[in-house]
Amino acid sequence: MQRDLILETKHLVKEFKGFTAVDDVNLKVERGTIHALIGPNGAGKTTVFNLLTKFLTPTRGSLLFNGQDITRENPASIARMGVIRSFQISAVFANLSVLENVRVALQRKRGDSFVFWRSEKTLDRLNERALELLESVGLRDFSKVRAVDLPYGRKRSLEIATTLALDPELLLLDEPTQGMGHEDVSVITELIREVAKDRTILMVEHNLKVVANLSDRITVLQRGAILTEGNYQAVSADLRVREAYMGVEADPSTAQNTIDDSDLEATA
Amino acid sequence: MNNKMLNLLLLGLALVAPLALYPVFLMKALCFALFACAFNLLLGFAGLLSFGHAVFLGTGAYVTGYLMVTYGLTPEVGILAGVGASALLGFIYGTLAVKREGIYFAMVTLALAQLAFFFYLQAPFTGGEDGLQGVPRGKLFGLVDLSDNLNMYYFVLAIFIAGFGLIRRTVHSPFGQVMKAIRENEPRAISLGYKVNQYKLLAFVLSATLAGLAGSTKALVFQLASLNDVHWFMSGEVVLMTLLGGMGTLWGPVLGAGTIIAIQNVLASGPLANYIHVIMGIVFVLCVLAFRNGLVGELQKLIRKNFN
Repeated sequence: MQRDLILETKHLVKEFKGFTAVDDVNLKVERGTIHALIGPNGAGKTTVFNLLTKFLTPTRGSLLFNGQDITRENPASIARMGVIRSFQISAVFANLSVLENVRVALQRKRGDSFVFWRSEKTLDRLNERALELLESVGLRDFSKVRAVDLPYGRKRSLEIATTLALDPELLLLDEPTQGMGHEDVSVITELIREVAKDRTILMVEHNLKVVANLSDRITVLQRGAILTEGNYQAVSADLRVREAYMGVEADPSTAQNTIDDSDLEATA
Repeated sequence: MNNKMLNLLLLGLALVAPLALYPVFLMKALCFALFACAFNLLLGFAGLLSFGHAVFLGTGAYVTGYLMVTYGLTPEVGILAGVGASALLGFIYGTLAVKREGIYFAMVTLALAQLAFFFYLQAPFTGGEDGLQGVPRGKLFGLVDLSDNLNMYYFVLAIFIAGFGLIRRTVHSPFGQVMKAIRENEPRAISLGYKVNQYKLLAFVLSATLAGLAGSTKALVFQLASLNDVHWFMSGEVVLMTLLGGMGTLWGPVLGAGTIIAIQNVLASGPLANYIHVIMGIVFVLCVLAFRNGLVGELQKLIRKNFN
């Protein structure tokens, strides 16, 4: 059966001076799913992300979004098509207020972003929508705070609100729960689940509990190449995955059906 | 409300200032204040460090000066022409420079400015080392004689207020929001779909245009356009003025420029005249080491800490 692919890479390769960071990756992201990209450190996950959004240019291979070749587009155009990414380090506009952060995203589609002779008060009509978005991530009461003064977890929530302001078709989340405390992780996990209801999400994530909780499909990268793909059960049962993560020789007699027992326990 | 009061107070002071201070000194301070404000629009609000901004000051001065000398234009037309030339040069240089980032951006602007410097050194109409002398101030709209220093002062004050007003409006405009967002986090702005180079270019052109306005006005004030205006010393000085006053604040560059011009004026006639550059250097080092946010920046921080 033909699957409805929103994003597809064909033989994607990225070489840095004699080092192949991404090696012949054929990624297929199905519409309406949460797709996780996992793998040990240095597997090339973030590089793949940078390639998908054209922050890096692929050495070879092509990118297809909704069946359309976007390999030659620039990063801003890809964003305009509806593929919005987040960053590993929380990406907020530090010295703008929380409200302004979201408004900058809303402002883009209005086409008056080059208007320097009018007052920014003309942007106030976006406030209602901005506050709605802040409400949805629990930040309404913080709208006047400077983004830099928010605690870390809330910065990530703000980032998600800003991203949602653009109503993206495909969301690329680069380690959304990285560096977070336990409580924040569950808040963000719920938020992602909520957001994914009418969108497609591709995420890089280290926290396997989050991955197990959220993902419909998982792609495991190792040394720049796809090691295996499947749902969490299938992937966590794969001995090669365990080997890649733990760095031990796989031994069928002792291997267990998990990547890491504690992760599965935490899931339950 | 408080801000409005403060602005009115400052306006009142500016209107009566020529009673207490020498008008030419005040005009010089205003020209440099406008220049520094224009520079700050780029550095403080768009986050772009141009190290060749004198070229726009000088281009405004030379074009206005040359047209006034040769064709005897009225001052407002002369200034408009100078401003137009700076804007055009700003567009060309900006297009080339915004493709690079950080230190490379600074180097490209410096290199392009040096290119223009040598052009002005060699071109016959600039008078080379002597500069373009005896620029007539002319009659504003053919009516008001600007050779009178007091008339000239109010004309310069009006220009400064208009330029400053435009900068303030730009900073607090829809465009200003995007500009600040790019300053804060460029990759994020890109990922929101902004073609950041276009915004940087507009900021660059606006800044160059206003720097040109300062230069054109300055040429009329001193009736002179010289190589000093395009020299990289001048590009450095405007960095110092902006940092001393507080980059990214609206009033910082005004205060910084006023302070530097005042120090220079006091020193130039005293026994320390030969040490001006050394003293400026020390001021710069102190500024960078002790109060990085500049005078106005530190003041704002103090207010935030104690009154909020």
